[in-house]
Amino acid sequence: MDVFKADVAIVGAGGAGLRAAIEVAESHPGLSVALISKVYPMRSHTVAAEGGAAAVTQAHDSLEEHFHDTVAGGDWLCEQDVVDYFVAHAHEEMVQIEHWGCPWSRTADGHANVRAFGGMKIERTWFAADKSGFHMLHTLFQTSIKYPSIRRFDEHFCVDLVVDDGRVRGVVAIDIASGEFRLIEAKAVIIATGGAGRVFRENTNGGIVTGDGMALAYRHGVPLRDMEFMQYHPTCMPGTGLLFTEACRGEGGFLLNKDGYRYLRDYGLGPATPTPRNKAMELGPRDRLSQAYWHEKQKGRTIDGPHGAVVHLDLRHLGEKKLRERLPQIYELAVQYLGVDPARAPIPVLPAVHYTMGGITADIRTAAPLPGLYSVGECSSVGIHGANRLGSNSLTELLVFGKVAGIEAARDAVSTPHGNPSALAALADAARARVLAAVAPRVDGERIATLRREMAQSMEDGCGIYRSAATMQATCDKLAELKQRHRRVRVDDTSNGWNTERLLAIELGYQLDVAQAIVHSALQRKESRGSHQRLDGYEQRDDVNYLQHSLAYYQGADAPRIDYGPVKITRSPPGIRAYGEAGEHYDAVAHAEEAARA
Amino acid sequence: MPDAVKSVEFDVLRYRPEQEDVPAWQRYAVPYSHDMSVLQALQHIKDELDGSLSFRWSCRMAICGSCGMMVNGKPALSCQTFVRDLLPGPIRIEALAHFPIERDLVVGVDGFVKKLEGIKPYLIPKEPRTLAQGEYLQTPEELEQIEQFSSCINCMLCYAACPQFGLNAEFTGPGVLALLHRYNADSRDGGRAQRMDVLNAEEGVWSCTAVGYCSEVCPKQVDPANAVNQNKVNSAKDYFLRFLSPKGARR
Repeated sequence: MDVFKADVAIVGAGGAGLRAAIEVAESHPGLSVALISKVYPMRSHTVAAEGGAAAVTQAHDSLEEHFHDTVAGGDWLCEQDVVDYFVAHAHEEMVQIEHWGCPWSRTADGHANVRAFGGMKIERTWFAADKSGFHMLHTLFQTSIKYPSIRRFDEHFCVDLVVDDGRVRGVVAIDIASGEFRLIEAKAVIIATGGAGRVFRENTNGGIVTGDGMALAYRHGVPLRDMEFMQYHPTCMPGTGLLFTEACRGEGGFLLNKDGYRYLRDYGLGPATPTPRNKAMELGPRDRLSQAYWHEKQKGRTIDGPHGAVVHLDLRHLGEKKLRERLPQIYELAVQYLGVDPARAPIPVLPAVHYTMGGITADIRTAAPLPGLYSVGECSSVGIHGANRLGSNSLTELLVFGKVAGIEAARDAVSTPHGNPSALAALADAARARVLAAVAPRVDGERIATLRREMAQSMEDGCGIYRSAATMQATCDKLAELKQRHRRVRVDDTSNGWNTERLLAIELGYQLDVAQAIVHSALQRKESRGSHQRLDGYEQRDDVNYLQHSLAYYQGADAPRIDYGPVKITRSPPGIRAYGEAGEHYDAVAHAEEAARA
Repeated sequence: MPDAVKSVEFDVLRYRPEQEDVPAWQRYAVPYSHDMSVLQALQHIKDELDGSLSFRWSCRMAICGSCGMMVNGKPALSCQTFVRDLLPGPIRIEALAHFPIERDLVVGVDGFVKKLEGIKPYLIPKEPRTLAQGEYLQTPEELEQIEQFSSCINCMLCYAACPQFGLNAEFTGPGVLALLHRYNADSRDGGRAQRMDVLNAEEGVWSCTAVGYCSEVCPKQVDPANAVNQNKVNSAKDYFLRFLSPKGARR
């Protein structure tokens, strides 16, 4: 097998992986970086992020406010020391990527502009029209080209971590074009492979978002943390799940039910002022908005459409000029895909799975419990999102913790020798044999798509916006059955080069493992918190028993074992999570108490 | 009468170099629905009819740039091309023109990426600035100079449209030249002189014969033809200035 020796290997070349690679190259130009991605970097799903990236910017804003919005937004399941680090380093990272050329939208005097976002008390979301992720990704990719120490392995599909003598020592990947396997030895490995949203039926994610890195770490004993917290984004395209950014509401858009009524006022988010106030109405957090949609549907106040019940995202009052300037991509999507001109008609929308809050357990240095392993971005659970992520915190996370991961992995690599080459080669050969046997061409099995569809439908049915034990258990059972059926899945393709069917079969295996972690974590969390809402007697938050991170441990063919770990509370004890008028009241009380303490 | 359509035929140019010496057409019948994209039709083929058909795709919303291909002979992103606009069929699907086919609808991208890497596609600051100094100031008007050219998603449709690239694979080509212009035109950038060699080279702007089809097929209105033509002016100026000063325009 072909072998490449790197100092640091990074799996995934989206925003997080690229930021980490640049950091290693800048801080340790003598270290070689292998940047491995199953696509070309600019195809990574960071590209689809629309709204923007949060960082305290305005004079009347403060790190304390960003901290509080994030921690309360996460329903107090955040690591508070990590959130502190995050908000403190957000702005310098926005400036850094600006210096690298990111075309942020500007104020008239030339400064970077900021917009309002859901759950954020003060406007602090930097944006590049409604293509913020696209511009960040291309800026990072193009900047990475400057550094000769970054060796890219584009279109290389990672099939295993190489773990020897208690440490991660590299990865095994398939060169997709040839089908050849390659061992990439490394002294430290960073996983930056993104989320797992495609385990659900209706989702905003690209086809590549299949939880690969999560599954790779999980199979080597690293616990996946807080996996039950899946974010439904409230405004997505029926049928495809494509995203209409929260910035639609940040710019002043309304959500209307079938009577043209701004229904969010009925769910503790009012008052319904003509322009939504921050942290109220349409600028509430995503979990609450998706839950409100569910209740409207139960009440028969949604609109029936060909792809299910919808509500209306009304942007008409913003006018065509503003829409073209601030939301050009949304405008095009609505016209091209739905035949709706958003300046003249409301856009039909419904919630779809958007973001995986949980992920590979990581400490404040992005390190996993397995020596030599780091993780960053959506695949990682470094602890800033808790039970519900605020929009525009994740693009910032890629940069802030991408840099941290680069620093930490480089430091680790400097003081670590390479592994034993023959032992690593033997492990890589075994991995290749295992993979090829698992997804060998077979014409008598069931099609990959059949299994994938059943998985995604079952996840939606059992582990959606609202959950109960019976439906979750049914999904657990379905996943166990699908794992068995997956062992005999049909693979038509007999080629080595560009055998994408084989890759789909491997991805489905990753997805089934991650899906199990999600639904078993959900079943065992007997409370409601953030995006995890139950209907079966556990409708309240239970800080006595569940102010804890769930930890899902892989158990091979069996169901995962779920354990719990502590949440780091430094200075914000769990409080009442309220938005709209009530939220303003509690915020005022909290501020008065803080002032009294100080 | 699109409602009456039950299924649509697709003729897909297959090529599996491990099995076949030359590409060959294969026909598939796909159940029709009014909101189906060409990408969704291909996914149906792969999921239900023939798992061995290979193509790239990801975002489904015309921003990742993966799914460019020839649809009825025209370069298009399959995710934002709708079957309803191509009825009654059969609809012809081929790999992007002018690129080597690796397999089926998958073309070799390395040549494009090498060109992109070769133009210093990153900000070379006019005036260095520390993080503590904050962001560079750039007015909305200055941003507008680069906004359109920075919108390129690297989908390479413009290369499949470009007759010059078809004749000479060394031609830097519309997308990369537009990206080069994006950095040169950035008010924060001072690297224009360093990028001039690419522009002036035989494979640079002067290979373009101003057909303009590149801009027509661009899914993001980048208008690479416009970028190329602006750079013909820049290249000509540079050429002229070289005669006036031994150091030319490189200062």
